[in-house]
Amino acid sequence: MNTSIIQSRPDFAAIAAWIPQGSSVLDLGCGDGSLLRYLRETRDVRGYGVEISDANIAACIANGVNVIQNDLDHGLADFESDSFDFVILSQTLQATRHTEALMKEIVRVGRGGIVSFPNFGYWKNRLQIMQGHMPVSKILPYQWYDTPNVHLCTLNDFELLCDHLGLRILGRHVMNDSGDVNLLPNLRGSVAVYRFKREV
Amino acid sequence: MSGSVGIVSAQRATFDEPLSFSCGKVLPRFELMYETYGTLNADKSNAILICHALSGHHHVAGSYADDEKNIGWWDNMIGPGKPVDTNKFFVIGLNNLGGCHGSTGPASIDPASGKPYGSDFPMVTVEDWVQAQARLADRLGIRQFAAIIGGSLGGMQAMQWSITHPERVRNVLAIATAPHLTTENIAFNDVARNAILTDPDFHGGDFYQFGVVPTRGLRLARMLGHITYLSDDAMAGKFGRGLRSGEYKYGYDIEFEVESYLRYQGDKFAAYFDANTYLLMTKALDYFDPARHTEHNLARAFANVQANYLVVSFSSDWRFSPDRSREIVKALLHNKRDVSYAEITSQHGHDSFLMQDEQYFAVMRNYLERVAGECK
Repeated sequence: MNTSIIQSRPDFAAIAAWIPQGSSVLDLGCGDGSLLRYLRETRDVRGYGVEISDANIAACIANGVNVIQNDLDHGLADFESDSFDFVILSQTLQATRHTEALMKEIVRVGRGGIVSFPNFGYWKNRLQIMQGHMPVSKILPYQWYDTPNVHLCTLNDFELLCDHLGLRILGRHVMNDSGDVNLLPNLRGSVAVYRFKREV
Repeated sequence: MSGSVGIVSAQRATFDEPLSFSCGKVLPRFELMYETYGTLNADKSNAILICHALSGHHHVAGSYADDEKNIGWWDNMIGPGKPVDTNKFFVIGLNNLGGCHGSTGPASIDPASGKPYGSDFPMVTVEDWVQAQARLADRLGIRQFAAIIGGSLGGMQAMQWSITHPERVRNVLAIATAPHLTTENIAFNDVARNAILTDPDFHGGDFYQFGVVPTRGLRLARMLGHITYLSDDAMAGKFGRGLRSGEYKYGYDIEFEVESYLRYQGDKFAAYFDANTYLLMTKALDYFDPARHTEHNLARAFANVQANYLVVSFSSDWRFSPDRSREIVKALLHNKRDVSYAEITSQHGHDSFLMQDEQYFAVMRNYLERVAGECK
């Protein structure tokens, strides 16, 4: 089961690689708790997920994952400052309304932040726009009129936001369907994972 | 397939060791009514205690051979194949001290005087109840509960267990509850109490010897309580502005459907419930405040808690609102306890915790399946 999780979500492997044994983790938009369960089983991680969907709450509980039902757009008021080693936001950034405020909350609650998101600057997305349409793909599977994704960005945009918020980027892992991307990441990467922290 | 635990019978446990109450009074001996469902396993690790709320009692599931229509108050939750699965767990329900369903309470005979305790019965607190429940657990040979479950006032008892006896409970399921009552809640309780206290038939709590019952006060208290356990939407949906006779009668008899319903509920309740018990239960609610001993810091009150928690609230519950449950969650997070929190979308107000709801039951079932897995 663990391998299938990692295969279906390549960003999970990148995230896990950055998380030392025994860390404490808060996973925002944790879905059915797969990542937290994987981290618990492979890294002895202690953590909590935050989810809004009823079905995912029930699934997390079935997975034995601690989960708190909450709307991320209401902030992280239940969580104290510096209370986690890492706060993770995987493939959820683009669907948050108050994205800037949430980024600030991530580095308030976590000593480190890890965020993964689909790169809107990926060449296939650019191609679809040049053909006159909003991109629809495996990673962005929605039509423009039914998408939950309201804050899509490119790698360059995300790095500008980090700069604007005074965050230091400690690591970046860019991928596409064929694997890791080092050359021309903002053009060739479909998914990016960033690790960052507050500039003290 | 889920079903009923079937025919059950109540049992009575007698305790001859004195019990000291928070208020300073002592009961030299007391009795607790209880029921059990399912089978205690060999290492006695699969016991679940169900703590009741204001008007509850020990008859939690199943029905009686001589009264088959008398179905337990949480029968939808507890039974074979149900979320609290009696094929896996040994489930205990009891009637708390001060109750009016057979456990020692204000209507019981005080051996010292040969008369009902009445106004002499000790004021009970949640801590006192937990003390008495622990005696019952000892009697049944249960060192540690797999889970203690309670809604509302019952949730307060479940939380108190994890504070008073951290080593005796592995999981707390705290449902539609709060770390202490809000000011508004205490105010509602006081209006209810005043209805009883000012009933001429109350006689300062010693009405038993006058052969009367303060039914008017108790009825009003229940009517008020009932309104607050529902939501505006639920009441509107159920009764609207419907009229019994279809037109205005310009009088004070029952006209609106909601009046009919409330009066019926009030009458039904006043016919069997003890007025002193109602007073005691509402005071126990008002007094509960574990953070009172830790300078109003709930996280510190929970510092010794070892239990894992499932906290559940309901969106339309305005007496024990989701925000109050979040306070519990926050205090547990501070102490790095394992905790999950589910906020169930429901329109039935505080009463939601007694109703069947797909999401609510899925959460309870999934949580307890894991608890059962750890019992083997």
